Amino acid sequence: MNIVFKADHLSFSYGPGQLALEDVSLEIPQGRKVALLGANGSGKSTLLKLLDALYLPTAGSLIAFDVPLTQALLEDEAFAFAFRRRVGLVFQDPEVQLFSPTVWDDIVFGPLHLGLPAVEVRERAAEVMTLLGIEKLADRVPHRLSGGEKKKVALASVLAIHPEVLLLDEPTASLDPRSQASLIDFLYTLNSEQNVTLVTATHDLAIVSEMADWVYVFAEDHHLIAQGTPAQILGDHDLLLSANLIHAHAHRHLSRLQTDGTHAHEHLGVHEHERS
Amino acid sequence: MNSDNRTLPSQDGSFRLTPLEMAGQRRRRDWFAKTIEDITGTLESTVFAEEIAHLPGIWQGVDPRAKVVAAIALILAASLGRTIPTLIALYTLALVIAVAGHIPLDFFVKRVWLFLPFFTGIIALPAIFSIVTPGRALLVIVQQPYLAVTEQGVRTALLLLLRVATSVSFAVILILTTRWASLVGGLRALRVPQAFVLILGMTYRYIFLLLHTANDMFLARKSRVVGRIKGAEERLWIGNSIGVLLGKSYHLSDQVYLAMVSRGFRGEAKALQPLRMQPMDWLWMAVGLLIPIIVLTLGG
Repeated sequence: MNIVFKADHLSFSYGPGQLALEDVSLEIPQGRKVALLGANGSGKSTLLKLLDALYLPTAGSLIAFDVPLTQALLEDEAFAFAFRRRVGLVFQDPEVQLFSPTVWDDIVFGPLHLGLPAVEVRERAAEVMTLLGIEKLADRVPHRLSGGEKKKVALASVLAIHPEVLLLDEPTASLDPRSQASLIDFLYTLNSEQNVTLVTATHDLAIVSEMADWVYVFAEDHHLIAQGTPAQILGDHDLLLSANLIHAHAHRHLSRLQTDGTHAHEHLGVHEHERS
Repeated sequence: MNSDNRTLPSQDGSFRLTPLEMAGQRRRRDWFAKTIEDITGTLESTVFAEEIAHLPGIWQGVDPRAKVVAAIALILAASLGRTIPTLIALYTLALVIAVAGHIPLDFFVKRVWLFLPFFTGIIALPAIFSIVTPGRALLVIVQQPYLAVTEQGVRTALLLLLRVATSVSFAVILILTTRWASLVGGLRALRVPQAFVLILGMTYRYIFLLLHTANDMFLARKSRVVGRIKGAEERLWIGNSIGVLLGKSYHLSDQVYLAMVSRGFRGEAKALQPLRMQPMDWLWMAVGLLIPIIVLTLGG
């Protein structure tokens, strides 16, 4: 199996005392769904930006498509264009990604700046808008869209590039349950039918099984502490507790008042408790 | 449920003011927060809403390139106009175009004339007096030393006011009847440098976001403050808020730049060539260009 990204003892710091990742070694094979799991501030988003060659490691190395990423290489226009056509990053905050006057301008921005012919740019924009069902939004201004619409447009703006690897930063954050489900279904299809490699940074355990077939877990001290299948990772309560991904929380049980032992509320996340 | 969320029902069912509301009544309204709120509201309702630009008016259907050229030509005509009748004719033309573009006339006239006294009026006012513009006295204010309002002075001030009002009117028509994206596209097509057009587009996009952030910051503070705040404390808080907002906008600009680079931006902005102009668009542009020529031919 081809390896798309290979990080070898990679570290990254935003400046003195601002360490974001330390001594991370991992591989991302082509066509796989990989989740980067970690609490807030563990370095997941930074790793996505490193994988998208927006930052370069401050120590260690990062190999993309069998080539070590260096500043000199990224300054080479031919390489930079080839790389950007293969890798797309969907930022966590769509406000960051939607910077153009209209939705259509935002969607054509990528293909246009990657040097595609005007006819193809227009075709791709029409194609992704149909794919995501956002044709009616074409002339709208981005700041007038709902949260779900913004996420879709942000995704469309990256999909128009036709990337082989899609990097997603908290893709379901701030989405309502229906939008979350439809986005997950869409990404699942993208991976299974078009073999697009998905790398998802998240701390939402509820989506890990659907969004990943391999999981890397990051600790709050910015180290990679575990990897495995979703079942292995989600079944390891001690690991999840140490990574601050779950917590043992106190809650009231109706079983004290009722005889059938039902809970006062449903639990969607992973948690531990003793039946009373 | 209580439909008026500002008041809570008392036990006897009557509505009374909440303690917070009573405190609010005693406090004069935070002028800085109100200013930001008003700026956001005005921008949102006039510039960002683009309601008039979506109406099916004659002017709305014209290609933005033709509109930008015609508007510039008409503004030029107003600058070339040297007599009051010429400027009145041009202003009347602006009113006709506004009506044809479904712009509510009272809104349009107020929008131009309400601000005029504050900006141009202050500059024009000294010109009416004899010390600036000597001439036939219309009204003598003081005999010794001599100070009067002169006919020539009034004419000069009126010319200036009319010229500015007419120019502003054409600019307002262009902005109100054109969607921002089309306006930016029009500038792009007229070979305005891409970097300038890109920055203009992004300024428009993010000024809205940052104004909302500023509003949210004021609301967040308001929800935690009861009673009157001292002037010094208020100024300190405003200073801190400006700093925080600057930090946020700096971070945002950094992230936006990364998002652009991620999609292939390498310092050179590119744009798709817009669609071809229709015969009607050429006609509008020609009419626009003809007017300053007529004004020049008639000697202003």
